[in-house]
Amino acid sequence: MSCWDTVADYAFRSIGYGERLLPRSDFTLCQQVTLIGSGMIWNLYFGLVALLSGFCLATALAVGKASRNPLWRKPSEAVIFVFRGSPLFIQVFFAYFLFLSLKGAYPGLGALTSAWAGAALVLFLNTAAYSAEIFYGALRAVPPGESEAADAYGLTGWTKFRRVTWPVLLRLAWPSYTNEAIFLFHATTLVFFSGFPALQQRGDALYYASYFADKTFNPFVPYPILAGYFILLTLAIIAVMGRVNARLNRHLPQAQRRGRPKLLTQILR
Amino acid sequence: MFSYCADPETLEGLAWLSCYLTTGKHLAFYQAFGTVLLLLAVTAPAALAFGFAGAVAARSRIAPLSWLGKGYIAVVRGVPDIAFFLFFVIALDQGIEWLRHKALCPDWDQPIRQGNDFVVCSAAKMPLGNAAQWVHDLYGFWLAVVTFAIVFGAFAANVLYGAMRAVPRAQLETAEAYGMAPRQVFRRILVPQMWVYALPGLSNTWMVLLKATPLLFLLGIQDIVYWARDLGGSKTPQFTDYPHGDWRVYYFGALLVFYLLCTKLSGIALDRLEGRIGHVDARIARAERRAGARQADAMGPQ
Repeated sequence: MSCWDTVADYAFRSIGYGERLLPRSDFTLCQQVTLIGSGMIWNLYFGLVALLSGFCLATALAVGKASRNPLWRKPSEAVIFVFRGSPLFIQVFFAYFLFLSLKGAYPGLGALTSAWAGAALVLFLNTAAYSAEIFYGALRAVPPGESEAADAYGLTGWTKFRRVTWPVLLRLAWPSYTNEAIFLFHATTLVFFSGFPALQQRGDALYYASYFADKTFNPFVPYPILAGYFILLTLAIIAVMGRVNARLNRHLPQAQRRGRPKLLTQILR
Repeated sequence: MFSYCADPETLEGLAWLSCYLTTGKHLAFYQAFGTVLLLLAVTAPAALAFGFAGAVAARSRIAPLSWLGKGYIAVVRGVPDIAFFLFFVIALDQGIEWLRHKALCPDWDQPIRQGNDFVVCSAAKMPLGNAAQWVHDLYGFWLAVVTFAIVFGAFAANVLYGAMRAVPRAQLETAEAYGMAPRQVFRRILVPQMWVYALPGLSNTWMVLLKATPLLFLLGIQDIVYWARDLGGSKTPQFTDYPHGDWRVYYFGALLVFYLLCTKLSGIALDRLEGRIGHVDARIARAERRAGARQADAMGPQ
């Protein structure tokens, strides 16, 4: 069987297309690269869904935490504390068993016990909390001069936030937010190693890598392949976020634009 | 544990709960919290040592050593930590057995990797096949400590590397002007001063390490996650005196609260420490500002 046949059979195995049975013996390098790559589809799915939806909630939480009204501030602080203060691993376990018992009471919520919905929900809340802390820090660092200038132009409320505060906040937060995005994608590997089952062996990249490591009892092939995929993904995220950063800072002279991601806030899980 | 626990079926309410929560398995569960704290106590200094070595290597003037240090930081940070946990446990185990095999059984002529098997002579097994259970447990725990130290050492290395570069150049130049050798400058000036700059990053790494401890479960150690799954699963009267439904959600809820308490307490302690060292930091900053102002005066009005 040539490598192209393997790719045709297994490239979309993780989402249920192609060959049903996983290879059981005589594992080739091609099979390992293809299947682990196929698993990356799940990592991309979880990461993108959580990142895009989490961004919106994070902005709301950050504004809530900075609010003077305790009705807004207290709940925001609580969400941020719970999701940043406990390990994601435990959160995913807890959520899975919570969804299981909810399923018993309300069968309509059954979808939450499968990874595509339940794990995506947990990752969404988790990244929202971490990003909210970054945005909150940036919000407090918005120079008062910018705010005063907006006042002088007669901007108030929503218009002021959208035109002045929010763009400045994003500019300040972006290097840290890039890091958060990288580590969120890393965190997606936890899903199938905590509660959520991989139905019909449709798992993510780490699931297939550990499958091969278990079967061949040789960790030196599948894990470096996985590492290669993740390093490529990390480089891609840095490139995309760098483009966004350049666009956010397009009014600044070239020399001031450089903002390399720094490990400042606590972004790992 | 209590005398009235002899016949659990007759018990009700709190009495039942007090007996249920003191079964032998539950006591093992409570002990596992101790394992987590022990792991933290051993791993934190070990990771700091790995981090220090990595940072020193990354700063080295010898190019291959510097590449090694920078590569270590970059690879571990670029790849999900959970992948490293799964990788290192097998890799370290096989590496140690391979080295022992080479040393102890030199006249073994068969290949070690036979298809999907990893075969070493019985004298090279680690721990030995006839060793007691506690030796196996200890060996597993030791592998976990080394794995954690390697992964979190990279994060600490990144922080320390940054902190060493943050120490003002003038401090080192002054030391050189006093005739100190590079080694002395490093030991007497650079290392004592870098901690101020490293502390925020190190406290961050500590929080990350704290929250990575449930990954012990993936290393095959009977830790709190293992016991929470085991104890929480539904039990029928055939197998236990204390039958109950699926209680895993409560057990994991308890673990969640345990970790929230740990991070809250660590947060308070680290804030205090940073506050105390922050005074020093503020003094340095003030002194630098004064020095800067003097310099500006010396240059005269612009």
